[in-house]
Amino acid sequence: MLDAAALRAENITKRFGHVLALDRVSLEVIGGECVALIGESGSGKTTLLRCFNRLVDPDEGRILIDGVNATDLDPITLRRRIGYVPQDGGLLPHWTVRRNVALVPWLRQIENPHRLADRALALVGLDPADFADRWPRKLSGGQRQRVAVARALAASPDVVLLDEPFGALDAITRADLQTTFLRIRGELGISSLLVTHDIEEAFLLADRIAVLRQGVIEQVAPAAELREAPATDYVRQLLLRARVIAA
Amino acid sequence: MSALAAVLAILTSDTGVRVAQPEPERAIVVASKPFGESYLLAEMFAQLLEARGFEVDRRLGLGATEITFEALRTEAIDVYPEYTGTGLLAILGEQPSRDPREVYRKVARVFRERWGARWLPPLGFQNTYAIAVRRETARRLDLATLSDLARVSETLSAGLTPDFIGRADGLPGLGKAYGLQFRSVRALVPAVKYQALAAGEVDVIDGYSTDGFIARYDLVVLEDDRAFFPPYEAAGLISARFQREVPTGVAALTELSGLLTEAVMRRLNRRIEVDGIPIPRVAAAELRALDLVEAAPEGSGVSRDVRSRGVFSYLWSQRQTILSLTLRHLLLVGVSLTGAIAVALPLGLALERSRRAAEAVIRSVGLLQTLPSIALLAFMIPLLGIGVVPALVALFLYSLYPILRNTYTGVRDAAPEAVGAAWALGMTPAQVLRHVRLPLAAPVIMAGIRTAAVINVGTATLAAFIGAGGLGDPIAAGLALSDTRMILSGALPAALLALLVDGALGRCERLVTAGG
Repeated sequence: MLDAAALRAENITKRFGHVLALDRVSLEVIGGECVALIGESGSGKTTLLRCFNRLVDPDEGRILIDGVNATDLDPITLRRRIGYVPQDGGLLPHWTVRRNVALVPWLRQIENPHRLADRALALVGLDPADFADRWPRKLSGGQRQRVAVARALAASPDVVLLDEPFGALDAITRADLQTTFLRIRGELGISSLLVTHDIEEAFLLADRIAVLRQGVIEQVAPAAELREAPATDYVRQLLLRARVIAA
Repeated sequence: MSALAAVLAILTSDTGVRVAQPEPERAIVVASKPFGESYLLAEMFAQLLEARGFEVDRRLGLGATEITFEALRTEAIDVYPEYTGTGLLAILGEQPSRDPREVYRKVARVFRERWGARWLPPLGFQNTYAIAVRRETARRLDLATLSDLARVSETLSAGLTPDFIGRADGLPGLGKAYGLQFRSVRALVPAVKYQALAAGEVDVIDGYSTDGFIARYDLVVLEDDRAFFPPYEAAGLISARFQREVPTGVAALTELSGLLTEAVMRRLNRRIEVDGIPIPRVAAAELRALDLVEAAPEGSGVSRDVRSRGVFSYLWSQRQTILSLTLRHLLLVGVSLTGAIAVALPLGLALERSRRAAEAVIRSVGLLQTLPSIALLAFMIPLLGIGVVPALVALFLYSLYPILRNTYTGVRDAAPEAVGAAWALGMTPAQVLRHVRLPLAAPVIMAGIRTAAVINVGTATLAAFIGAGGLGDPIAAGLALSDTRMILSGALPAALLALLVDGALGRCERLVTAGG
C-alpha cells in the first residue's frame, strides 16, 4: 500500500525569509484517499498543499508524486496533471463557464475539450445546456465554486488539491457542495488533499486528518482516532475549541 | 511599403509654394520667429530666393529666439531675420549700447568668430521697444512722453512681455532712467498683450516701433524723451553652411539690404496685422514695388482676404490647407503614438515581472512629462535639428508615461485570483500573459493609450515651433498676427481630431475587450 502513495512529502522544510513555514513535515496521501490539513492561520497548511503542484519548492526534503520526485517533473506539466480548486474559485472573468472548465484539457491538447467540460459540469450538478455559455459574474457563489471543482476535474486527474474550497460560502450552500464532493469522490475514486479551517468539514470529508501547528505536524489520524486519542495537548485544545469533543 | 512611402512623402513635403526651377543642389531653409514682422521678412527672403531660381524650404514661426538661433547655429536652417539688439543682448548676453552701427559691427564680428554665422548688411530700418497706452488713457492723463508717464505710473498697471521685464535694456533700465514705478506689472505674451490693453486689463504695454498693432488698436506710443531705448537694426542672419554651400543665394538676399525703411515696415506690418492680408501677398507686392521681382501675372485679388469675412467662410476658404495640415498632424500623432505603444507596452509588461525596478523606471519616465514642451523641443535641436524628426521624438517621449503607467498597473492588478488559478492549473507564463493578464488589463491599457493620444494631439500643435508643420502652424501664425480666425483654423481641427482619435481608440477598446 505504501508504494501506492499518490502524494508523499518527506521531511519538508520551507522558510520565507526568517519565518519557518514548514519544519521537517512528512505526509502521504494514498490512492483514493482524502486527507484534510487543518490548523490555525499561518500554521503552514496552504504552503504544504502548494508544495505538491510546485507552486512552492521546499528548501529541504522531497515531494514524490506517484513515486516520482517532483523536482524531476516539469512544473507546468505537473500542474496540468493535478486538479486544483482555490478558495475564491479563480475563474477567468473574461471566459465563459465552458471555456473555464475546458482550460486544462485545452492546455493538455486533449481532443474535444468542450465535451469534457460539459461532462465535468454535469458531474458537479450544473446542466451544461443552462450554464456552459454563462459568464462567471452571472453565477452565485456556490455555482462559481461548483464550476471551479468541475474545472479541476475536467481532465480526469488522479489527484485534486483543494485550498479551502468551500470556506467563503454560506452554511447551506457549503453543505450542498460538501455532499456533491463526497458523491464525486465515491464515483471517481480520486485522491485529494484538502486544506480547511473548518474542523467539522475535515471530519465529514476526509479519511484522515493532519493537524498542523507552526509548521509542524502534531498528529495525522482518522477522525475517530483523533477524537478519542488526541496525540498532544494542542490537538485536544483545538478540538475542544471547535466543539468537536466535549470538555 | 507604398503606404510607408506615402507617409514619408507627406511628412517631408513642403506646404509652401514653389515657383522657380531648382538650379542649385539643395533647398535653402528659410525660417522666422513667431511674430508678424519676422514672418513677413522671412517670406520676402523666400520669394526673393525663389525668383532668383533657388529652391526654398520654409520653416516659419519657429518658437522664440533660443529655438530659432539654436537651429541656425546647428545649421538646421540657413537664414532668418534677426535684430542686432537681440543678437547682442539675448544671444551674446552683453550690455546694451547706444550706437546702432557699433552694435552691428560687434555682433557681426563675434557671430563670425564664434559660430561662423554672418549678419547680412542691415535691411534698412531700425526697430526698438515702444511703450504704448490707450488713446483714452493718454488723453485723460495728458501723456505724450515717457517722462509724463513717470508722473502717473504709480496709478497704472503694466502688461509686459516676460523678455522685456527681465532684460537690462527693458523694464529695469527704463524704470531707473525715468523713475517709473507701476502699480502692478504682469507678464503677458505678445499674442495677448494688445487685447489685454484694449480690454482695459492693463494700462501700459511694450511693443515695437514698427508694430502694426499700434495702429490696429489705436494706441499712443509715448515718446522716449530721454532716448533710453537704443535703436537696433534688422538683418538676415546666415548660417555658416549656407554661406559655404550656396554663396550665390546669400548674394541674392543682400539685394534687399537697405531697401526697407521704417515707414515701409510700418505700412507692411499694418497690412498683415491690421488689414489681415495674407503675408505671401504682402511680401510679393512689396518685392515687385522694389523692382526686385518682375510683376508676375497673379490670380488678381480673387481671394481678397479681409478681416471682415466670417469665421466659417474663412475656414471654408482654407479647407485645402486645413486638410493637408490635419493630415500632417495626424501622421505626427500616429507615428509617435505607434512608436510609444511599441516601446511602453512591452516595457510595462517587463516591469511587471521585475517590480523592484518598476517604480524607479516609471517615475523617471514620468519626469519627462514635467519638462515644458518648448524646453524639450529646444533640447532636441542640437541632437536632431528641426522639423519632423525632433517633433516625432518629443511627441513619442510625451506619450510614453501614460501608456507605461497604465500597462504596468493594469497588468499588475488584473484579477489576481484568476491569475493565481491559471498559473496553478498549468498555464505557462506566456499563456498567463496572453490569455489572462493582457485581456483583463486591456481596458486600463487602452485608457492609457487614449490619454496619451489626446495629449499627443494637443502637444503636436507645438511642433510648429520647430518647423514640423501640422495644425500648430496656423495657431502660431494666428497668435503672432492676433488673427482669431487663423488660430481657430488650427485649433478647431485639432480639437476635432482629439475627439475623433479618442473615439476611434474607444472603438478599438471595445473590440479588444470583447475579443478576450
